[in-house]
Amino acid sequence: MTDLTKLTLSQARDGLAKKSFSATELTNAFIDRIEKANAAINAYVLPTPEHARAQAAESDKRLKAGNARPLEGLPLGNKDLFCTNGIRTTACSKILDDFKPPYESTVGQNLWDAGAVMLGKLNNDEFAMGSSNETSAFGNVVSPWRRKGKDGKRSTDKLVPGGSSGGSSAAVASDLCLAATATDTGGSIRQPAALTGTVGIKPTYGRCSRWGIVAFASSLDQAGPIAKTVRDSAIMLKAMASHDLKDSTSVEAPVPDYEAVLSKGVKGLRVGVPKEYRVDGMSKEIGKLWDDGIAWLKAAGATIHEISLPHTKYALPAYYIVAPAECSSNLARYDGMRYGLRIEGDNLIDTYEKTRAAGFGKEVRRRILIGTYVLSAGYYDAYYLKAQKVRTLIKRDFDEAWNKVDVVLTPTTPSPAFALGEKSGDPLAMYLEDIFTVTVNMAGLPGMSVPAGLSSEGTPLGLQLIGKPFDEETLFRTAQVIEDAAGRFAAPDEWWMKG
Amino acid sequence: MQVDKATVRRIARLARIKITDEEAQGLEKELSGILDWVKQLDEVDTSSVEPMTRVVGQALPMRDDVVTDGEIAEAVTRNAPKSEDGFFVVPKVVE
Repeated sequence: MTDLTKLTLSQARDGLAKKSFSATELTNAFIDRIEKANAAINAYVLPTPEHARAQAAESDKRLKAGNARPLEGLPLGNKDLFCTNGIRTTACSKILDDFKPPYESTVGQNLWDAGAVMLGKLNNDEFAMGSSNETSAFGNVVSPWRRKGKDGKRSTDKLVPGGSSGGSSAAVASDLCLAATATDTGGSIRQPAALTGTVGIKPTYGRCSRWGIVAFASSLDQAGPIAKTVRDSAIMLKAMASHDLKDSTSVEAPVPDYEAVLSKGVKGLRVGVPKEYRVDGMSKEIGKLWDDGIAWLKAAGATIHEISLPHTKYALPAYYIVAPAECSSNLARYDGMRYGLRIEGDNLIDTYEKTRAAGFGKEVRRRILIGTYVLSAGYYDAYYLKAQKVRTLIKRDFDEAWNKVDVVLTPTTPSPAFALGEKSGDPLAMYLEDIFTVTVNMAGLPGMSVPAGLSSEGTPLGLQLIGKPFDEETLFRTAQVIEDAAGRFAAPDEWWMKG
Repeated sequence: MQVDKATVRRIARLARIKITDEEAQGLEKELSGILDWVKQLDEVDTSSVEPMTRVVGQALPMRDDVVTDGEIAEAVTRNAPKSEDGFFVVPKVVE
């Protein structure tokens, strides 16, 4: 039998429908592979094989009875930021300890209601704060990709899978699930997707419910999938998105059938290329990747237009005010009283302080302190209010661009995957990873990363598509054209299966 | 702009995070670096710009003021470090 873990989500769906294999066989193939490979990749912080087998058995009954749901029997990974009913959820922070939520996130519930199977909880940067998955309390995730040296041989240096959804990107890229849930506050779906040769979409703010997802920065957080192909990501988002009364920022709008638009092509589509994204010091290979993307879309009938988004350079500094401010407010709830870790102190304040010092990692503490500072008396106007005004200008840039173009094309990241430890000592260098992605969160727009080529080191690079609010359909059909032209990229050698 | 040690201590107290002297020293430098970097926003003229309060232009939805959930004290307190009879047990606050 062929290796079932190599299938795409849509191929697996077709195989189940044709009864070429059962949901139990498919699920067991992934469970075996996770057992073999997880020690090397560290994508799963909690595999849930028994839970998965039970779901798969139920799926097999439905498949047999002919009442299969849209994702019936398809095994997925679930980022540990999504609360799972009765199953440990930690946001990869010590402060949540052994927290077992008595409820399920809405996005998760939508997936299980659609018949999907959960293989386990996936690693991420602590509270989704990071761009390399190096801040997780469960340790680093290792990318399945390895650099090619000058001699053409693959080095054994460990590369980061991106972050914060590094467990999601690495699990998908190493065939440890068919697709995964992820979240994106400043680039946490798109950057890891770009660094691992996978597809990731952050939908418009409000498209997916945030209910039951551990909060980082509530005005920026949004859930979305990481998957092997554009089609798979379309299938996933359709199932994840919904209007939800439990999240007052979720939007009451019908969720289109994204899969149905994939073949529409880009003939006559106006593609914007923002000149401000040609940043100083952009590497030649990123420049070439971008040019390739432009050429592919042009060849498929799109028209290319240079546009200007003049406030682009201010998006990242504004983000590093807004996100820490909202983080300091959201993370105030971790006080050791109602759930999670408690370190007893001499009095109530001492208990709070000791609990939070022991429970939060370094990057999370840093962001809470920055957020507390910018929100503190006398500084609110100078920092937070200023940043929110700049945010209005960033959104206005895009509003004007939409008069001229239908979609915007940029690189996803300024550089390919870096090695573990390479940037973790310098917070500002790490923050610059998100230079091309944060604008999208600041403006609440949908953004998607699609693999488009390999770097000189033989590691993946992604192109980013940015769309109008709630126009994910245009992103999917444009991404399909790029995928058709660029092909797909799989990590060679499967070293992680060799023990 | 410079965040001094006293400011780091004040902020850490506000944020209810205990920090050591060594950590305070490191944070002085890190926070100053980050805050200096975000100060580039001062170049932007925002005198006639409204701050963004939400990205999607929709009014907050209203719903009937009725109980939709509840009577689940056991579930609510299940994860508490200390609980008793459906209540959270917390350190003594009033002497």
